[in-house]
Amino acid sequence: MTFIELNNITKKFDFFKALKSISLEIEKDKLLGLIGHNGSGKTTLLRILATLSVPSQGEYLYKGEKIGNLYQLKDQTTLVFQKAKMFNRSVKKNISYGLRTKNLPKSKIEKGVEEGLELIKMQDQAEKNAKKISGGEKQRVALARAFATNPELLLLDEPTSNIDPGNAKIIEDAIKKISDEKDTTVILATHTLFQTKRLSDRTAHLYDGKIVEEGKTEKVFENPKNEKTKKFISGKLIT
Amino acid sequence: MKTVSFFGEGVTEALHLIVTGDPVVFTIALRSIYVSGIATLLASLWSIPVGVHLGLGGFRGVNFLRNLFSSLIGMPTVVLGLIMYLLLTPKGPLGPLNLIYTPLGISLAQSLLITPIIITFTASSIESVENDIRELAITLGASKFKSAITVLKEGINGVILSIVSGFNRAIAELGLALIIGGNIMVENSGLNTRVLTTAINMYTVRGEFNIAIALGIILLLIVLIINALTNTFRREKL
Amino acid sequence: MKSKNERILITGIILLTIITIGAITTYQNNYRKTQNTITISTTTSLYDTGLLEEKIGPTFQEKTEIETRFIPKGTGDAIEDARQGASDLILVHAKEPERKFLEDGHGVNRKIIAYNFFTIVGPSDDPAGIEGMKPAEALEKIYFKADNENIIWASRDDKSGTNVKEIGLWESAGYSYEENVKDENWFRSTGTGMGKTLMVSDTLEAYTLADMGTYLSYTKENHIDLEVHVDEGKELTNVYAAIPINPKTHNKDFEKALKFTNWLTSENTQELIGNYGKEEFGRQLFHPAVKVLEEKDPENVYNWIVEYGFIEGTECPEKYRYLNFYDNR
Repeated sequence: MTFIELNNITKKFDFFKALKSISLEIEKDKLLGLIGHNGSGKTTLLRILATLSVPSQGEYLYKGEKIGNLYQLKDQTTLVFQKAKMFNRSVKKNISYGLRTKNLPKSKIEKGVEEGLELIKMQDQAEKNAKKISGGEKQRVALARAFATNPELLLLDEPTSNIDPGNAKIIEDAIKKISDEKDTTVILATHTLFQTKRLSDRTAHLYDGKIVEEGKTEKVFENPKNEKTKKFISGKLIT
Repeated sequence: MKTVSFFGEGVTEALHLIVTGDPVVFTIALRSIYVSGIATLLASLWSIPVGVHLGLGGFRGVNFLRNLFSSLIGMPTVVLGLIMYLLLTPKGPLGPLNLIYTPLGISLAQSLLITPIIITFTASSIESVENDIRELAITLGASKFKSAITVLKEGINGVILSIVSGFNRAIAELGLALIIGGNIMVENSGLNTRVLTTAINMYTVRGEFNIAIALGIILLLIVLIINALTNTFRREKL
Repeated sequence: MKSKNERILITGIILLTIITIGAITTYQNNYRKTQNTITISTTTSLYDTGLLEEKIGPTFQEKTEIETRFIPKGTGDAIEDARQGASDLILVHAKEPERKFLEDGHGVNRKIIAYNFFTIVGPSDDPAGIEGMKPAEALEKIYFKADNENIIWASRDDKSGTNVKEIGLWESAGYSYEENVKDENWFRSTGTGMGKTLMVSDTLEAYTLADMGTYLSYTKENHIDLEVHVDEGKELTNVYAAIPINPKTHNKDFEKALKFTNWLTSENTQELIGNYGKEEFGRQLFHPAVKVLEEKDPENVYNWIVEYGFIEGTECPEKYRYLNFYDNR
């Protein structure tokens, strides 16, 4: 049984079709890279996977189960938004949020926070107010915060776009660590081709709401079948 | 010319009354704070949850309700006063509760007056705490209820502001306090209803402007101090 | 479809609200039971003289340990309050509304307590020359002279007790307030309270009708320079009466109301009332009525009280007297 199956998923916003009959299979514990230009539907797809949004048509199967309700998979999935939003609390409190909602014992919570801080290398800033740190640091905290909830499916929406290289590297390394060591399935939407090449097992190219190419990352990059994918990879597609 | 000297004398009189701890003035001031404090407490109890619910939105009729409460802020106090009077008067439906001409009667009337204020301002501040916070909380595993609490916590500054606004409106209200309270004052009574606004009105009508101004200054001071206190509280949160 | 948490929250809120209101209500009602109180509806103009708050209330409380809660409002509102059952007794000075009050069965055993006079005040140089005249004559003179000379008359024009008195006064001078007086170009309508009307009159150097209490208060505080020109006369008579609430139609404290009324008419209290104001304002504000009624002396004052304070020829018509508690007058 495939971990996640999307069959002919369409999403409409009034008359605009953001996703057009998407079909996709996602394997467990692997990292899927989602590439495509701005507005191609990456965010919409991620939100549907996270059940923060419900498809207009089509079928979403999660471990064989049909998923149709809003927030239905809120416990199994976590989405890291493109622009990190911090709670008006310390970095520590932000990271521990997901653990505290589960009413875990204090020791477990502390352990989770420790691991999170180590992952993003921010142990010395644990007590700082998360609203006062830099954009890059916020994104790191967002990642640790998502990681701490130990989701089955981790969804990342362009985590390093508009982030300085220093912070971006830390985030990438963290993602790699998560993907390698934990049994978490990761879907990473990104602009940065290097990132996908480095981190993902498989890659899907989203163009104008449709998946135009999908397969093992090496194959997609070395020998893309789709014209648009060829162009995107060679950097000729700007929009 | 005369007005300037009034103010000068009024300020001097005010300071004198405060410094000497004039008991009459102090009991009136404390009563104002108590009456409006209870009013704000009660109003917050039922208004904040409604405000949060409206701020989060997403259900049919939310816009209608928000507009409704927003316009109720402008409810003329004479109308509300009349309604409350008819309700609380001994022959009225709530008459047996004996609330007319008592401090609690005023509190109830004031609490109804400020309910639309607290609801509207809370809803606005919750709404402006980007709904992303709500989704963020949910995707991190929070239940709908817990996510609402989280949004409330993030928007707490605005909520505190709405409560303080409610209190300010309540303590500065004359019409209701007069109609429902009656400006009653008997020494050492536990059921006195003379508050700052009704006292100021009484002394003004009698031509005793100095005391009126003095009381007015004290009322302003109370409002200023409470606002200052909540401001420091807000800064700490941030 | 509410979650469990939401239901707990809502229940909690409802409970807290009920508990808070319930606790305070119980406290208040308890206080009322244990503490002796009597609630009296009265008018703001009487209340604002300070007589009730400073002398009557405390003295009565000292003697009987009964707390007097005066609720001052405009005459109409005060009487309406009493109709609604908010008080045990009314203390007002408006014969016609009082008569209706008795007729509608709300009050019994009316007792006249005191009297005083409205006053026509004006600029100190008295351009109209009305000093010491009888009230109707004074108004006639003002009406006559006002066109030619710089004489202004200010009126509250707000249907208050004072305004009603003023209208009656113009009538006895031979003029209709609505048709003859208001349109005159020497007439100024303030539409507002006594205090403000006095201040406007002061600025305009106008004549106006005022109750003695407010006039003295404003003069004492140095807000106005107007002087009293006419302060006695039947049309200016203002009669104060106390009416306990009818025990047959309301469940109020009749016993205390009677006690209070009897105390008001007792010799000591009558003296107290008569002395009030002498120290503070330099002249008394009220004249005790009980002795005047008993001895019918001074005759002219007695007649004025009869004309302006008696209802159907007596202090309190037989049909509104309750049992033997009332002694005949």
